Amino acid sequence: MSGIIEIRELGKQYCIGAANGPSDSFREVLMRAVSNPLRSFARIAKRAAKADTKRSIWALRDVSFDVEEGEIVGIIGRNGAGKSTLLKVLSRITEPTVGTVRLRGRLASLLEVGTGFHPELTGRENIFLNGAILGMRRAEIISKFDEIVDFAEIATFLDTPVKRYSSGMYVRLAFAVAAFLDEEILVVDEVLAVGDQGFQKKGLRKMDEVSKSGRTVLFVSHNMAAVESLCNRVLWISGGRVKQDASPQEVIHAYLDSYGAAKNHVVDLSAIHDRSGTGDVRFTKMELLDEDGGERCAVRSGDALRVQLFYECRRDISNRHFGLRIFSDMGLLITDVHTWSTGQAVPLARKGKGNIEVKIDFLNLMPGTYYVGIWASSFHEWHDVLDNAAKLEVEPSDYYGTGRGIESRFGLMFLPFQWIVNGVAVPAMATDTTPSGV
Amino acid sequence: MRNDYELFIKPSTGWQPINFRELWRYRDLFWFLVWRDIKLRYRQTVLGMAWAVLQPLLLMVIFTIFFHRWGKVQSGGPPYTLFAFVGLVGWTFFANAVTSSSNSLIVNQNLVSKVYFPRIFVPLGAIGALALDLLPSIVLCFLMLVYYHWMLSPFLLLLPLFVLGIFLAASGLGLILAALNVQFRDIKYVVPFLVQAGIFITPVIYPITYVPPRYQVWLGLNPMAGMTEGFRLAMLGTTASLGLIGVSFAVSVMLFVAGLFVFRRLERRFADLI
Repeated sequence: MSGIIEIRELGKQYCIGAANGPSDSFREVLMRAVSNPLRSFARIAKRAAKADTKRSIWALRDVSFDVEEGEIVGIIGRNGAGKSTLLKVLSRITEPTVGTVRLRGRLASLLEVGTGFHPELTGRENIFLNGAILGMRRAEIISKFDEIVDFAEIATFLDTPVKRYSSGMYVRLAFAVAAFLDEEILVVDEVLAVGDQGFQKKGLRKMDEVSKSGRTVLFVSHNMAAVESLCNRVLWISGGRVKQDASPQEVIHAYLDSYGAAKNHVVDLSAIHDRSGTGDVRFTKMELLDEDGGERCAVRSGDALRVQLFYECRRDISNRHFGLRIFSDMGLLITDVHTWSTGQAVPLARKGKGNIEVKIDFLNLMPGTYYVGIWASSFHEWHDVLDNAAKLEVEPSDYYGTGRGIESRFGLMFLPFQWIVNGVAVPAMATDTTPSGV
Repeated sequence: MRNDYELFIKPSTGWQPINFRELWRYRDLFWFLVWRDIKLRYRQTVLGMAWAVLQPLLLMVIFTIFFHRWGKVQSGGPPYTLFAFVGLVGWTFFANAVTSSSNSLIVNQNLVSKVYFPRIFVPLGAIGALALDLLPSIVLCFLMLVYYHWMLSPFLLLLPLFVLGIFLAASGLGLILAALNVQFRDIKYVVPFLVQAGIFITPVIYPITYVPPRYQVWLGLNPMAGMTEGFRLAMLGTTASLGLIGVSFAVSVMLFVAGLFVFRRLERRFADLI
């Protein structure tokens, strides 16, 4: 039995730069057109049809895998790893440079919610237009129209132009049209990352329904929780190749482990490429310290933590802000502590090296794996943003002095609290470690 | 589950034929694109569809004053106003069709880069939507015929043929320019120039008799020359050279076929370049 999708040695090459600087090439083409009209026309066609190999990168390389009917395959990887290119080739938006794909079923793709939506058209009109763009026949859209409207919860705004919709309504409508496609293979790119929490849940439920109906789904997402719960197989794409192809738990763990990987208290940040921003400020090193400045490899729930950040400035920058974010192992942002909220802009930094430190008095995280992100900005510019600078292992502690309560099954974090039983307050925190102001 | 369906994706090389089965399968989308363009074209304009008529009408007024009154250009038969308007109706459609189709892929780049469908529908849909503008203009033509007491001729039956000719020429040119525009945005600047210059190398506002006879058939290589003459033959019953119209028609058909092939050839890289 052959798979519903068979991918063999697929590769996609993109030229970088060359495509965006056609001014001289156009001039060249024109010059040739003047001197020899017929030959040069053939050459324009040839030129446009062939990849310029001078400056090119392989967005996908040697990708081969099969997908069986009914499988829900998650595709994960960092930005620019080639996930979206893979989906674009499968959906025939772009052609592969080498290799083949055999599809034994019709494929519908949803790379962006609301593709083809026009702000001036009403909700009703956009349902038809979007449906047709996604490959539905008119009759098909009519038969599903009520369900779509119902799912999107926009019945009363059906005849309002979409430009007057709230962003939530817009996303709901866009997702609803796509959710009712019934091709055998569904290819979905990160569409659940939009919309409010409530709708995201609804979208996930719908995806679950789709998968249970026996259809084949390829699902790209950065939401590891969603991938883990929906998929029965996960591919990890890195540098245009399939790095790992196994069960969700196995791949997700390996993938997250590849980040930061802080085995000791000093993290070298200069080697991390997965960052964004102008680069005017660039983090080079991060050090985890305890309250007294001692080196610290592990942090325990309720401990104090000092994080020292070393950076380099490419120029003098005024009014900078720094921040530190903590993410759960599923990628959920738990908190962002920054100088902006405390109003402590770093007035002026000279070109060259510098460092800054943040002290967290009370790290009230439950034991588990967390990820630390750091950022630097000034005014409206991001200078350096690292969403995954390091992994932070929080070890259990006996915070309440009872040997109980600080466990990951009780959530992500714990709060200062007090229970009053029969009018008598029982302090939950050992008083000597309660930080001031709590 | 249908297992009879199978699709094989591989890098394509060389010239590709048009996949008519696929176009047929997506035909509803074509009509939706036409309908969308019609719906959006005159949105938030006070005069709305009146612009379809006003464009050739205002040009007619300008050319009548500058060319006929001051420049002493004669129509060689029908009243100059009528003569110019009939020519301008066909020309306006052609000019708008080439302009909007050549920009259509750029305007719809989010579609081109985010979803698969036969891309040829984008420029063709833009032209299809403009075809509707022809109707009020032709109706106004008839009103002017009545006003000038100008008799209709049996050649009127040929009108659809010349509309088709203009459609083929505009589509052919539009497809080529749209496809090239994806990679060379210079096209955006070339097209307005082409359209402005075109009106002078086409017998729209002057009769073809102003061109020396031995060059007249060569003028047919400009497809709009023959179509404009044909348009007048049908509406006004003026004499027209069969040779000229024949050459123009052949050029229109060739341009259209060339447009289809060039578009198909360049289509595979649209999503990467746009």
